[in-house]
Amino acid sequence: MSHFIDRRLNGRNKSAVNRQRFIRRYKSQLKRSVAEAVNKRSITDIESGERVGIPARDISEPLLHHSSGGTRDQVYPGNREFETGDRIRRPPAGGGQGGGQGKASKDGRGEDDFVFELSREEFMDLLFEDLALPNLVRNQLMGSTEFKSVRAGYATDGAPSNIDVVRSLKGAIARRTALGAPSRARIRELEEELAALLAGGAGERDARVVALREEIDALKTRIAALPFIDSFDLRYQSFTKQPEPTSKAVMLCIMDVSGSMDQVRKNLAKRFFILLYLFLQRNYDQIDLVFIRHHTIAQEVDEQDFFYSRETGGTVVSSALNLAHEVLRERYDPSVWNIYAAQASDGDNWDSDSNICRDILVDKLMPLMRYFAYVEITPRQHQSLWYAYQEVMELHPHFAMQEIDGMEDIFPVFRELFRREPA
Amino acid sequence: MSSRIISESLEWTFPLLERFDHEIGRIARDVYGLDTYANQIEVITSEQMIDAYSSVGLPINYQHWSFGKQFVATEQTYRRGQMGLAYEIVINSDPCIAYLMEENTLPMQALVIAHASYGHNSFFKGNYLFRTWTSADAIIDYLVFARRFIAECEERHGEEAVELLLDSCHALMNQGVDRYKRPSPLSMAEEQRRQEERAAYLQSQVNDLWRTLPPGPEIGDEQREERWPEEPQENLLYFIEKNAPLLEPWQREIVRIVRRIAQYFYPQRQTQVMNEGWATFWHYTLMNHLYDEGLVGDGFMMEFLQSHTGVIYQPEFDKPYFNGINPYALGFAMMRDIRRICEQPTEEDREWFPDIAGGDWLQVLDFAMRNFKDESFIAQYLSPRLMREFHLFAVRDDDREEQLEVTAIHEEQGYRALRQALAEQYNLGSREPNVQVYHVDRRGDRSLTLRHFRHNRRPLGDSADEVLRHVHRLWGFKVRLESVDEQGRVQLVGECP
Repeated sequence: MSHFIDRRLNGRNKSAVNRQRFIRRYKSQLKRSVAEAVNKRSITDIESGERVGIPARDISEPLLHHSSGGTRDQVYPGNREFETGDRIRRPPAGGGQGGGQGKASKDGRGEDDFVFELSREEFMDLLFEDLALPNLVRNQLMGSTEFKSVRAGYATDGAPSNIDVVRSLKGAIARRTALGAPSRARIRELEEELAALLAGGAGERDARVVALREEIDALKTRIAALPFIDSFDLRYQSFTKQPEPTSKAVMLCIMDVSGSMDQVRKNLAKRFFILLYLFLQRNYDQIDLVFIRHHTIAQEVDEQDFFYSRETGGTVVSSALNLAHEVLRERYDPSVWNIYAAQASDGDNWDSDSNICRDILVDKLMPLMRYFAYVEITPRQHQSLWYAYQEVMELHPHFAMQEIDGMEDIFPVFRELFRREPA
Repeated sequence: MSSRIISESLEWTFPLLERFDHEIGRIARDVYGLDTYANQIEVITSEQMIDAYSSVGLPINYQHWSFGKQFVATEQTYRRGQMGLAYEIVINSDPCIAYLMEENTLPMQALVIAHASYGHNSFFKGNYLFRTWTSADAIIDYLVFARRFIAECEERHGEEAVELLLDSCHALMNQGVDRYKRPSPLSMAEEQRRQEERAAYLQSQVNDLWRTLPPGPEIGDEQREERWPEEPQENLLYFIEKNAPLLEPWQREIVRIVRRIAQYFYPQRQTQVMNEGWATFWHYTLMNHLYDEGLVGDGFMMEFLQSHTGVIYQPEFDKPYFNGINPYALGFAMMRDIRRICEQPTEEDREWFPDIAGGDWLQVLDFAMRNFKDESFIAQYLSPRLMREFHLFAVRDDDREEQLEVTAIHEEQGYRALRQALAEQYNLGSREPNVQVYHVDRRGDRSLTLRHFRHNRRPLGDSADEVLRHVHRLWGFKVRLESVDEQGRVQLVGECP
């Protein structure tokens, strides 16, 4: 009378919607936690999930209940020394026997945070929630450039590697059944007749019997001769190509590594680059990184060198911009790649170079870019580069610049740069 | 004889589960006469168990953030290993649905089948509270209806509006049950058929209510307005559903859904000790019977006893693990004690329980299971012997006194007081504040007055203000909360807005 059901294969995330609703409801508190977490975190693990807390009183669900006070009688187990009429000192509130009914442990934590783990996805969503990729017009491609193969049912011809065995054999069975059907029907008729004859006393040598047997054999041979599989049965998985908007992006990281950029500033810059990288990751399937560092000359380097090797000397920013342009021209066709660049510098530059930078940006680089972000890490007065870049900004709306003073500025600045533009 | 043993393995398989279920069912039915609903036993993973937890144990429920919060919290403590999951969840429905966790060993699964599918199941079917207050055959259908209806409302009126409404209803859930009147049985078809009709009717009635405005101050006789409702109403959600002036029909329907679900859980909250005690007693009895028949071996029994003793462990009041009286421990001990009183009564038992001492234990237990709830069960059956075994003592905490007073212990003069105190502890009526609808100012500002009738001078907790805001959201006009002490003095506790 009992009925067993194996539910293990049912979907597990039955509560996913409720979880999402919970997170949405406490978004503002969670965002605060997430922003704090980003500032505290070491760079390498920025992509994992995060434990976040919400003050417990913010999420409590109010109910009518008694509070302490008044008279209450409670029964406890485990008496050893008490006698009727004994007086006991009142234990401190909240602990020991105060609450009864398990309330003590629940209410005792009242001020604690309700701490739980956000998945990486949820974490990143919250982190980037209000941000939108600037000029998020993905390159729309027509004609030749980029295609994606998608399934498109089955076809009767194609490459042998695309043969769909199940489909083909199904077709073969159908064909054999269909072609064999008339013969089989005839065999049945003949056999019935034969049986009738034999039952009627006809001998094996009877001419009619022999004729029937021969015809039956002939028909059987005919059925057996139907090919098991025929080229007619073959079905191929069919793919068609759909043009699709590119989802590739390249991010140029340009950093000044001259003597004036110390490790602290490089770390600041690094955070900024990392945020940009994570941000792009949410929007593109594939992201290439190009690291260009420069002092008086520019070099393309790997990530390790980019952030940690020490250089000294003066600063010529235009060298890096030139190199960036070269890299783009050689490797990243702007019709296929979405190009982003982030530049970090302390603002030092040879005076006469700033105007050159401006010209390179305005004429060569900006037309290729989706977005160019410049952060200046300096507590001091702005120098000529800043003013030169301001001119660029006036000409190109997808150029942005901000100033960073310290660690705590990075995230706000990042948000500022990538703020969702009002529609 | 060893050939009779069903399995020595700890690994379970479906055929083995069916075999065990068959044997346990046979013994429960034929030997002990347990009357149960049909069983539906579902095997789930631990993740699904957490899912089930967070929708308050129901197999299907409407969507609300608070279940998400519950889910997150459960998952968190479970992952950190602070808490094991319950072995089972069982749902009061017909057929009775029980969940088995895939991670459990075979003896554990057998234990759960005995505990849930025969213990709890027969309790659901037999106990008067469940028979009167819940409709086991219709609950699943009703939940399906509720979930669909609320999802539709979300589509039509926006998730936020529905969520806020549910928040408010949840705050009053404990005050949303009929304590004395039997609620009408659930039925999904019925609900759906009547829903629109009811919506239209209610709306018209509510309008009517407010049309009884005074005909103007022309006559000038200041007859005091009669109090309305005439009698205080205990079921706040019901009152709001029927009378809140501004609610839309769909909002009334949602209030009703929350109320009906609260009602469904009401018996469970009143029969914790009995229900768990009954189920524990039966898994213990059934497992031992399996052993006596030679169907399970010693290893199996060791495994079983290990879990069993864990379940019925009662830490003493000053131990770190102490968290109130363990309902499994108390319930199990009482059920066993009743059997003992029937089978081997002592002089004391004959004096205390003359009508059951020496009786047929199956009949006595069956009677107890059917006709009591925790409060009355303890008041009726807690024996002096058990009080001694548990070393029970009662403490009075009076905030006017410097010290706590031990009012009774497990001794001759204390038994009755102790038993009374423990029974009272399980009285939902005194555990929860008694808040009722007292008055609606129909001629004036339409304000709603709630009264908290204080018991033993116990005040309301801090969240009362918050709850008042929720009541105000539902009622739409001013809401007042007054408190009445035992001398009948009335005092304003809070107002919103």
